[in-house]
Amino acid sequence: MLILQCPYCGIDAEETELAPGGEAHLKRHGPGSSDEDFHDYLFARENPRGVHFERWRHANGCGKWFHAARDTATLEVFGTYPAQTTEPPKEIRDAITARRPGWRWREFS
Amino acid sequence: MSARIATQGRLIDRSKPITFTFNGKRLHGLQGDTLASALLANDQMLVGRSYKYHRPRGILASGAEEPNALMGLGEGGKFEPNQRATTTELYDGLTARSQNHWPSLEFDVGQVNAALSRFFPAGFYYKTFMWPKSFWEKVYEPVIRQAAGLGAVPKERDADTYEYFYAFTDILVIGGGVAGLQAAKAAAQTGAKVLVLEQTPHWGGRAPVDGGTVDGEPVEAFVERTVAELSAMENVTLRTRAMGAGVYDHGYALGYERLTDHAPLLAGPRHRLWRIRAKRIITATGAIERTLSFAGNDIPGVMLASAMRDYVVNYGVAPGQRVVIATNNDDAYRTAIALKQAGIEVLRVLDARNSGGGDLMRQAHEMGIRIDCGRAIARVKGAKRVTGVSVCAHDGEGGALEEVACDAVAMSGGWSPVVHLWSHCGGKLIWDETQAHFRPDPNRPPTGADGEGFVVPAGAANGELMLDAVLSDADAAGKLAAKAIGFKPKRGKVPQGAGPEEAPMMPVWLMPARATTALRNKAFLDYQNDVKVSDVQLAAQEGYESVEHTKRYTTLGMATDQGKIANINGLAILADSLNAPIPQVGTTTFRPPYTPISMGAIAGEARGEIFQPLRRTPMHDWHDENGADWEPVGHWRRPYAYVRPGESVHDAVMREVKNTREKLGLLDASTLGKLIVKGRDAGKFLDMLYTNMMSTLKPGKCRYGLMCSENGFLIDDGVVARIDEDTFLCHTTTGGADRIHAHMEEWLQCEWWDWQVYVANVTEQFAQIAVVGPNARKLLEKLGGMDVSKDALPFMEWRDGQLAGFDVRVYRISFSGELSYEIAVPACRGRAFWDLLLKEGAEFGVMPYGTEALHIMRAEKGFIMIGDETDGTVIPQDLGLHWAISKKKDDYLGKRAQQRSHMTDPNRWKLVGLETLDGSVLPDGAYAVAEGVNENGQRNVQGRVTSTYFSPTLGRGIAMGLVLHGPDRMGEVLEFPGTDGKAFKAKIVSPVFYDKDGEKQNV
Ligand SMILES: [Zn+2]
Repeated sequence: MLILQCPYCGIDAEETELAPGGEAHLKRHGPGSSDEDFHDYLFARENPRGVHFERWRHANGCGKWFHAARDTATLEVFGTYPAQTTEPPKEIRDAITARRPGWRWREFS
Repeated sequence: MSARIATQGRLIDRSKPITFTFNGKRLHGLQGDTLASALLANDQMLVGRSYKYHRPRGILASGAEEPNALMGLGEGGKFEPNQRATTTELYDGLTARSQNHWPSLEFDVGQVNAALSRFFPAGFYYKTFMWPKSFWEKVYEPVIRQAAGLGAVPKERDADTYEYFYAFTDILVIGGGVAGLQAAKAAAQTGAKVLVLEQTPHWGGRAPVDGGTVDGEPVEAFVERTVAELSAMENVTLRTRAMGAGVYDHGYALGYERLTDHAPLLAGPRHRLWRIRAKRIITATGAIERTLSFAGNDIPGVMLASAMRDYVVNYGVAPGQRVVIATNNDDAYRTAIALKQAGIEVLRVLDARNSGGGDLMRQAHEMGIRIDCGRAIARVKGAKRVTGVSVCAHDGEGGALEEVACDAVAMSGGWSPVVHLWSHCGGKLIWDETQAHFRPDPNRPPTGADGEGFVVPAGAANGELMLDAVLSDADAAGKLAAKAIGFKPKRGKVPQGAGPEEAPMMPVWLMPARATTALRNKAFLDYQNDVKVSDVQLAAQEGYESVEHTKRYTTLGMATDQGKIANINGLAILADSLNAPIPQVGTTTFRPPYTPISMGAIAGEARGEIFQPLRRTPMHDWHDENGADWEPVGHWRRPYAYVRPGESVHDAVMREVKNTREKLGLLDASTLGKLIVKGRDAGKFLDMLYTNMMSTLKPGKCRYGLMCSENGFLIDDGVVARIDEDTFLCHTTTGGADRIHAHMEEWLQCEWWDWQVYVANVTEQFAQIAVVGPNARKLLEKLGGMDVSKDALPFMEWRDGQLAGFDVRVYRISFSGELSYEIAVPACRGRAFWDLLLKEGAEFGVMPYGTEALHIMRAEKGFIMIGDETDGTVIPQDLGLHWAISKKKDDYLGKRAQQRSHMTDPNRWKLVGLETLDGSVLPDGAYAVAEGVNENGQRNVQGRVTSTYFSPTLGRGIAMGLVLHGPDRMGEVLEFPGTDGKAFKAKIVSPVFYDKDGEKQNV
């Protein structure tokens, strides 16, 4: 029963207000992509013990999708930010570095 | 024998007798008794049978850790199985039944298992009953189900009510013993909001029985004073009969309050589930005494030493008249002293330690109690009750030195902190060598959103077992928790506890230390699951090194025990067998709830009529008053058919289809999803969402569309109408409206966030009525208003206008194959318009029809239904819907996936129609068999039925199905075995059974 702050309406939302959306920052591969790229886009997911980026929707609230950076083992939340971005913003990455120096996740660090 | 004594009994009221029954026998107890103390007061030492061997079992404990005395309580709608007698407060008229025996508690045929116990070793479920395979269903499983298991499942509807309660607090204190009270006080004095949950009806925990002083006064007085102080504080909430059941992520906790279990005549809910958010949680959950593993430690009359003094001091009940006590620590001397003071004969204290104990031992000695050091129990004698013990040297194999006749045995193997709630959300443990127990590791607490620990253990739950240390630890815990969330602790005097000096305990995992195989075979670790020392040793010998595997293989600590009685002793035996240190073996995972909570509390108010919200169309009441046979569709209820007096449901469906095809039908289609998609890029967006091209649709026209997931699978379908250049109205399936709305939002917000598109779900803003059948136009023309002729409003177009003065939007679309108008009116006008259509339509033979008639008519036309022809693995190409897939578009959701090799495989099953040779109706979901069998000996298959109905129009059964190479096999006959032995033969035909050229709908 996580609590995540919705970056749109500012509410500290209970998990019951939220709908999970899996991994964040996936790059869409459509027609013309290779079988391998498309396969990875559909199925290959990170499953880290530690820093992770996820999509959540404030489904029973303002309805907006947002991203959360958190630690899957300790449940620490480093921050949430709007979903309209292809990479974690600098302040989120800095917040993670402050707590987990040397972290890496896909191409981000 | 066990009996009520004349003295003691701090919790009972001797002036208030109570009558109750046990297995139909009338017995007497006192106000304040638990069911367990009352049974003991009546010399009912045998209270149940064990799970596997059906051995006679007595009361072992006095609290939540009791493994044996599980009862079926109450009758009928109030019956509850598996209730602990030790936590059941006695009330007048209580009825209890023991479990796990047949035909009776005294005489049980299952006990034959015990005689065969050498055939039931660890893992016996895995090893036995394997062959022959065919015996499983008919022989093994029914026998095991009869013989094993705990209480019976209630048969009647639960007569009680339950509720949820939401609470938000700064600090939650779980446990109302001296540690919990002191921690709560220290926290509350900072101004923090504090909630304290205590699982029993009494404050103070064990302390009033165990004794000691606080600041010079008896500990009981300290408890009373602290409760009074807390009660007077506005920022403190105190709850008894409320257990902290579980600790979860980010400070979420569940409390389980038992409101009327102790007084069923009280009004209100029986249980209340507290859903708590706390900034910090203090676990002051105390400690549980361990058993000693000697042969016969499960015979009725053998009891935990602390429990025995609880029965004496709290309830004035002597669990025996002549008692032998075995111990490895000083605490058991408290029992010896309490028993002696109550006039009970204490024959021996057998202290496994060669040098014995401290102050308490001296005190017991001075009272004239015989103490034998370095001595142990070799075995307990007796069957349904203890008759004596063989005494031996602890450091030996169990050779008897002396036989002592007695009627009860108290044992103490030391104390284990209750670390369950600390561990639920990931708190780690460290091994304490001195006390031989696991306690919370302060450096590895469960962490919250801020990365800081949010659980603080206090007192005995933190491994502090001496009164003074308990109080100072709890005080520090309260202050620490408050400080961590921004409150300023006041520097105040910490109450000083005082008690006797205690000598170190000595770990004893097997008694005597080198007990023979025969003795180990009768030394129980887990009473409930009948796991013995020898079982764990066998598991280790067979290669089970992981404690989690051993648990599952032996069933140690499973079921309701959850690591209370069985945990540490079992781990220690496993560690010893593996020659590994105990901390390296580790513990099993502690999972919530701490003790079982009722299913009623989990369901709360969500039952019966208010199980879930019910969505009603504007015409719902009319349907209800006119024979609707309701069908749940999503959160809606839709009429399956309108059944008239004297008709069967089937008759009604047949009548509705026939009438619609021949005259005029009305369908309440309001539940269909209606999504407005609007904006400069709306067309571009819908081109991505639908497989076909929507951007080329002209305003005023309608187009049927298919929607796929990015995986390529068909997820929804419906008719799209273009309202104007920037606006589309997308119809979805009834169940799909919210899902497809969310699907659109997801892609708009997360992928194409720069596109100028908005989506609004207006499903409930409009009532929609389908006017269907050859007389449809006649009725609308009679109403008067807009032109509904073929020229003014052709098939697959829509118009806004007025009919009989109603503002309407009319779509010429058809899901039945007939001339059909779907008419949308504002929801508030829906019922009036429906009533008008029925009234004015009477002369044209109007009748409403339900969802089954709708289904039959669409199947006659070969139209697919999402959820029938699709199941999440079907792509549009499987259904012959190539015509609805644009070849001009570069991209749409699912396009790339539909190019993957498995999706283009010519062997994918394809949609066909199926016609039984004899006209009967194929069973839904039936498989078409092929030649040969697969590796499990089952027939190979080559297709399956997706929709099947009796068609009144054709007078025979019709079906649709997915068949291997189906469209290329027209006319072939397939065999579909039914479940009742009958095999159906059906011919592959076109899925369009009726009006193949679509002439009827386009008139
Ligand atoms: Zn929000």
